[in-house]
Amino acid sequence: MNEHKTKRSILASIVPNFKSLARKGPSGWMVIFGLSIVLALVMMTALGPFVAPNDPNRTNSALITLPPSPQFPMGTNHLGQDMLSRILVGGSLMLQVSALSVLICFAVGVPLGLFSSYVGGIPDRLVSLVVDAVYAFPGLVIAIAVAAMLGPGAINMALSISVVYIPSYFRIIRSQVLTIKELSYVEAAKAIGAKWYTILSRYIFPNVIPSIVVVMTVNFADAILTAAGLTFLGLGVTYDIPDWGWDLTNGKQYIASGSWWIIMFPGLMIILLALGFTLVGEGLSEMLNPKLQK
Amino acid sequence: MNTSKRVFATSEIVKVEQLKKYFPVHRSFIEQMVTRKKSYVKAVDEITFSVRKGEIFTLAGESGCGKSTTGKLILRLISPTSGKIYLNGMDITRSKGEKLRTLRRQMQMIFQDPYASLSPRMKIGKAIKHPLEISGTTKGKESGKAVLEVLEKVGLTPAHKFVNLFPHQLSGGQRQRVALARSIILKPSFIIADEPVSMIDASLRTTIIDLLLSFRKELGLSYLFITHDLAVAKYISDRIAIMYLGKVIEIGSKERLFVNPLHPYTQALLSSIPVPNPERKKKAVELQGDVPSAINIPEGCRFHPRCPFARFECIRKEPELVEVERDHSVSCLLYWNR
Amino acid sequence: MALLEVNSLSIDYRTSRGVIHAVEDISFSMGKNDMLGLAGESGSGKSTLGLSLLRLVPYPGVIADGQIMIGGRNILSLSEEEMRRLRGKDVAYIFQDPMTSLNPVKRIGAHFVELITNHEPSTKKVHAIERAKKILDSLGIQSERLNDYPHQFSGGMRQRIMIGLAIALNPILVVADEPTTALDVIVQAKILDLLESLQKSYGLAVILISHDLSIILERCSSIVVMYAGHMVEYASSKELYRSPLHPYTQGLLKSIPNIELEDQKLSSIPGSPPDMLTLPKGCRFRTRCSRAGEKCQSKAPALIEVGNKHFVRCHEYVEEGVRNE
Repeated sequence: MNEHKTKRSILASIVPNFKSLARKGPSGWMVIFGLSIVLALVMMTALGPFVAPNDPNRTNSALITLPPSPQFPMGTNHLGQDMLSRILVGGSLMLQVSALSVLICFAVGVPLGLFSSYVGGIPDRLVSLVVDAVYAFPGLVIAIAVAAMLGPGAINMALSISVVYIPSYFRIIRSQVLTIKELSYVEAAKAIGAKWYTILSRYIFPNVIPSIVVVMTVNFADAILTAAGLTFLGLGVTYDIPDWGWDLTNGKQYIASGSWWIIMFPGLMIILLALGFTLVGEGLSEMLNPKLQK
Repeated sequence: MNTSKRVFATSEIVKVEQLKKYFPVHRSFIEQMVTRKKSYVKAVDEITFSVRKGEIFTLAGESGCGKSTTGKLILRLISPTSGKIYLNGMDITRSKGEKLRTLRRQMQMIFQDPYASLSPRMKIGKAIKHPLEISGTTKGKESGKAVLEVLEKVGLTPAHKFVNLFPHQLSGGQRQRVALARSIILKPSFIIADEPVSMIDASLRTTIIDLLLSFRKELGLSYLFITHDLAVAKYISDRIAIMYLGKVIEIGSKERLFVNPLHPYTQALLSSIPVPNPERKKKAVELQGDVPSAINIPEGCRFHPRCPFARFECIRKEPELVEVERDHSVSCLLYWNR
Repeated sequence: MALLEVNSLSIDYRTSRGVIHAVEDISFSMGKNDMLGLAGESGSGKSTLGLSLLRLVPYPGVIADGQIMIGGRNILSLSEEEMRRLRGKDVAYIFQDPMTSLNPVKRIGAHFVELITNHEPSTKKVHAIERAKKILDSLGIQSERLNDYPHQFSGGMRQRIMIGLAIALNPILVVADEPTTALDVIVQAKILDLLESLQKSYGLAVILISHDLSIILERCSSIVVMYAGHMVEYASSKELYRSPLHPYTQGLLKSIPNIELEDQKLSSIPGSPPDMLTLPKGCRFRTRCSRAGEKCQSKAPALIEVGNKHFVRCHEYVEEGVRNE
């Protein structure tokens, strides 16, 4: 029961309410703005199926590549599908895959970072070596390689994206733990006889959380772009559900012929979503940094 | 002084014997291939002393002399390279794991930096309660009561208000009192205080010092007090040991050491301490050079390069502690033939 | 004419959370060969005051009121370019941490040469090096070490080099901000001795900022005691030691151990320094003062002169040294 209360109070200290955020100056505004974008898009995706004017999957060969008009505010694509409806519904795959990959990253990267840096010595050096090697690769290249190996499917997409970002979690946590390890309160914990897992979970982990939150949000943004990239290259899901990345892929052939709307609207949505998360991440990191420095 | 090594006076609570701690100097890969010679930082280089029950024993010296390392060795936060450590007559030199954790109930430590010795994300009450949880001696409501009691003892009242605060909401002096509270909650018999007031404002230091003194009587505590501030040492100690470059070079009671400092280093040290009196004009004893690195300790007496009284034999022989007067020993060849 | 005259100086920090009156209404003066001690604990504003003498108070600090007269000129009205020429040449600053105040990739000689040629462009490099050697000599450092890098020196020697850089251009005022805090007591004594001897040979005015009242009492001829941004007492050190007037000064003197005394009874001042964002109305010290009265709650006391050049800011005292109530 005590663990519960601690978790809630930690959460309470991370999730500030809007009023105090606004007072914190430009970084607070960034967070508010970013959160608003993200929440708006999430809501849009959630409500999309109920609000969409047309069935996003219904094809109509008579209505192909129509430019934006009052009837089809975002035009139609090469299959005659209503772009607006596809946009309203198409974020769901992207959001789910990114969220899943962030979760996997957290579940793998955080413990790995904590243990490796706490133990130190040769094991830590070896793990860091491997992680740095992965980190050195351009993200998309790894994602492509892993996705190609694993094959199509939403979960596989999430996994391939996770591999790219686990090193980020590892490195940030490791640098924090290495600093915290030397502080007196960890020594004090040892002096009162705490076991190593208690020290890690109750003394070190809570103090690392702020930086993890920042990494999570920025990685969410990156994950969205990578997911879009994978789908764009045809390595994502193959079943035909409306998806921004999928529309992006299909839209590229039609730019030359002047049907700009097929690729533009999905592209804008992806950028917007990534922007939202990035703003939150940047704002949070700015807000948390001066406090840490104090 | 009888340096009987096997018999323990029941009046000794902590004893260290020939204690050594050498830290290997990190060498690069190439260096490791080329030379076989390893070098060490000789942080603690064979020291022997004991703390008597109910006394405040001060380990004093400048930075790098090994006093903090000694404290951590006694508390077994780090393992000695060689030598022995005894707590209440028990040999704890190689204690590990569960046995060590049980021992920790008898001895505790207070650290120097009040801003770093408490986890920023742990409430005060939780931090103080944690030792109780680990030892399992009290549970639930009783732990809560014990926390409130100990907060009152250190003067943080109303206790129930402080229990829910975070460290950053307290001042440095208050944080140090929390650290003190955390260390006494298990009712230990021995506390190591590592520079507990160095980072606190002068006008607030006496609060902490007075708490330490009152706990000595009230809770039957003995202390190892580590400091570089000899003025504070004089105020609080019963006996003082001066350390230089890993060795204890003088041990004496407060009465004798300050009145009659024997070792040239002690004399230089005492004469350099600023006296808060504009009407006193004194000349400090000039010492040449700086403290050498603990990796390259001078031959013979490690103080000889800077000693104004150094003789030829000081380069050849390393002196040992000899008793010069009652309860006052010094490690210096000047006193060997007396 | 006093070398340094500070009149009703006030410095604010305009932060996003409110205005912090870090220093308020400070007035004192110094002449040649004076060593003035700025004593105070954390939050007293002494470092801010020291920095203001070179107009180096960091953002968001602003000098809100008052004058700083150095050599007869009010430096607050100088342009930035004129200030730049003043710094290092007429007024020098010695920072607290000798480990980080020197450029690690520059040789010591280069530090001196850059300083000298910067302020005296007509000086040839050869001459600058000659002067640097002489200065190292007076610091007790071998002149061959001009070619060494900072990391090759110990902390005490680095601080001596900092002092050398400070006096290289024969300034009239040197501000030393906690110059010995990071050093051991034996080295500290040597550094302070050096500062004293250089002061005598160059006729400097030195301001020594420290939280260690012992070294201020030992070395300085006059003392300004600061608390929460206010100057609470200002007198010669002998006068301050013999008859401290302000309750804070008295409390402070009773809390520092004197190694030459036996069986001292030390005491501390209850409470802690106030939060500078939410200062109490009236006297800033009243929450910790055992003699605080009604007047102290509502009105902040003014600085008055009690006796010979002994200033105190406390309602207990009235002009002409007559005690109030």
